[in-house]
Amino acid sequence: MKTTQTKTKVLTANRLTDGISVWLGASGEWTTSLKDAFLARHEDAVAAIEAAGQTALADNRVVDVNVIEIEETESGPRPYRLRERIRADGPTIDYAPASAARVSQAA
Amino acid sequence: MYRYDEFDHAFVEARVNQFSDQVARRLSGEISEDAFKPLRLMNGVYLQLHAYMLRVAIPYGTLNSRQMRKLAHIARTYDRGYGHFTTRQNIQYNWPALSDMPAILKELAEVEMHAIQTSGNCIRNVTADHFAGAAADEIADPRPYAEILRQWSSVHPEFSFLPRKFKIAVTGSERDRAAIQVHDIGLQLKKNDQGELGFAVWIGGGQGRTPILAKKIRDFLPEADLLSYTTAIMRVYNLHGRRDNKYKARIKILVHETGVEQLSAEIEAEWAHLKDGELKLPGADIAAINAYFAPPALAPRAEGWGELAAWKKSDPGFAEWVGRNVAPHRHPDYAMVTISLKPIGGIPGDASADQMDAVARLAEEFAHDEIRVTHEQNLVLPHVALADLEPLYRALLTDGLATANAGLITDIIACPGLDYCALANARSIPVAQEISNRFGDPKRQAEIGDLKIKISGCINACGHHHVGHIGILGVEKKGAELYQISLGGSGDEHASIGQITGRGFEPGELTDAIETIVDTYLANRTGAAETFIECYRRIGAGPFKAALYNSESEAA
Repeated sequence: MKTTQTKTKVLTANRLTDGISVWLGASGEWTTSLKDAFLARHEDAVAAIEAAGQTALADNRVVDVNVIEIEETESGPRPYRLRERIRADGPTIDYAPASAARVSQAA
Repeated sequence: MYRYDEFDHAFVEARVNQFSDQVARRLSGEISEDAFKPLRLMNGVYLQLHAYMLRVAIPYGTLNSRQMRKLAHIARTYDRGYGHFTTRQNIQYNWPALSDMPAILKELAEVEMHAIQTSGNCIRNVTADHFAGAAADEIADPRPYAEILRQWSSVHPEFSFLPRKFKIAVTGSERDRAAIQVHDIGLQLKKNDQGELGFAVWIGGGQGRTPILAKKIRDFLPEADLLSYTTAIMRVYNLHGRRDNKYKARIKILVHETGVEQLSAEIEAEWAHLKDGELKLPGADIAAINAYFAPPALAPRAEGWGELAAWKKSDPGFAEWVGRNVAPHRHPDYAMVTISLKPIGGIPGDASADQMDAVARLAEEFAHDEIRVTHEQNLVLPHVALADLEPLYRALLTDGLATANAGLITDIIACPGLDYCALANARSIPVAQEISNRFGDPKRQAEIGDLKIKISGCINACGHHHVGHIGILGVEKKGAELYQISLGGSGDEHASIGQITGRGFEPGELTDAIETIVDTYLANRTGAAETFIECYRRIGAGPFKAALYNSESEAA
């Protein structure tokens, strides 16, 4: 099959059981780290991850399956959209309660 | 407070069992996500960016310590040790697993709580004045009527699939602390010339992408007619509300497009069939529900007057806290205490499990076991003796809950925003934190005085930005966050929708822009007695826009 260069893509979803954000890894398993995601650099690779997503959805392993665009950086894949960066890195705030209490007492 | 009767217990237990079965079948693959999604939403379970989110209803914002301890226990056991109190007097958990939902809902049912109708196109959790049953200015306690509405609206077969979600708020005094004019139905308790109790009825208010203030369609509705008249409103809306366009489906659009006079006439015509039927509330039933909300027996504690004066004199921090966070109770020896969930630089509305437990303990010790959640994302202890204020303050201080900023510039409403929410376009919490840190100095806050900043991370306006004195709306522009500022909004009895100032601000410019607005206010006010909103209404947007944008047009 002829394949053309596209923006690199990865497949992301949320795990059915606990909703945690996951990415499709090279081994075909879902990983909780974007760094371990399989990078689809060509259209046929994108088609493959999309098919894997539909299979996983049908198998009830994940929900809300999406292909997202990333750029490949020295520190690893980085989504173009802030929303996807936050999904990958977690909330941008220090949400742990202990630190919230510390902030308050320091004020 | 209200106690479940046998029917309530059976109803909630049946729902827990039903949803537990649905979750089990979903996890086993027996039902698809498409089939399951509406079922989970009916039970308050959303899927957000990082995990599921569970929204638990706190009817009219009233809790006892046992319930608060259960909320803490759930945060600790099934989540990451905290919860988020929302602008609809609910609590949201950000990290619960779907597989734990049956256990969580079972635990909630043990303390007469649930997550039913916290999502979906139904009548949502009915909200009320957080000072209900305690405020010195109250005509009557709005909660019995909110409870009657809750019972009537719970899985109401006719109103479970409305064109869109439907929100009702009830306030018990002239001073509107429940933001009734931005609700689908707003009810204000009042007395007529004969001293009889009833409601002023407002319909068609709302925020979201089309902010509209409610219209008053009845100046006085006798209390016995509450359900028949509300049913008439719901029927007219259910029939004519637009189902073709999600963004035009709220009753506010119907009121706007039909015209309030015609719609009122249709409601009255519908009501004519209903008013003398089975929905008429018998006085005995109203009295029975009211009895659940009988105020606690408050013993005279006159010694508090002298003690309070002495404590304030000896401790400026305590005096400052009393000045901001303590409000007059209808019993002169008591007060209503706002527990700020807005620590300087903190996350608005978040409370740790330990803090929830602390509030539960303090409510038992000092506040007749009553706790309220406010739509401004704070907690309230509504019945505290003046004589207990000092020890209560000391205890709150220990738990990081004594921030003296109720109603000040750092008492910010913020939605979860893009840090959690799947609908958001921009972050809200870091914006709130930066503004809070910038203005956190107590002297500066005090100088600025009453000022409500409200922040939403998308047009759905969960952060009530349209009614913020300063409203901030996060949008996504060319892949980056941008924040629009609006000025002059208000959610009280003098409600108004804020007006956008002009071009938006990048995250790095936003707090400076807020400071420019605040400085413009300080430079233009007639004195410290003129609040920000009063000043804005007097001088208009011009000076603020000039301060925000003129320098750049000169530079261009």
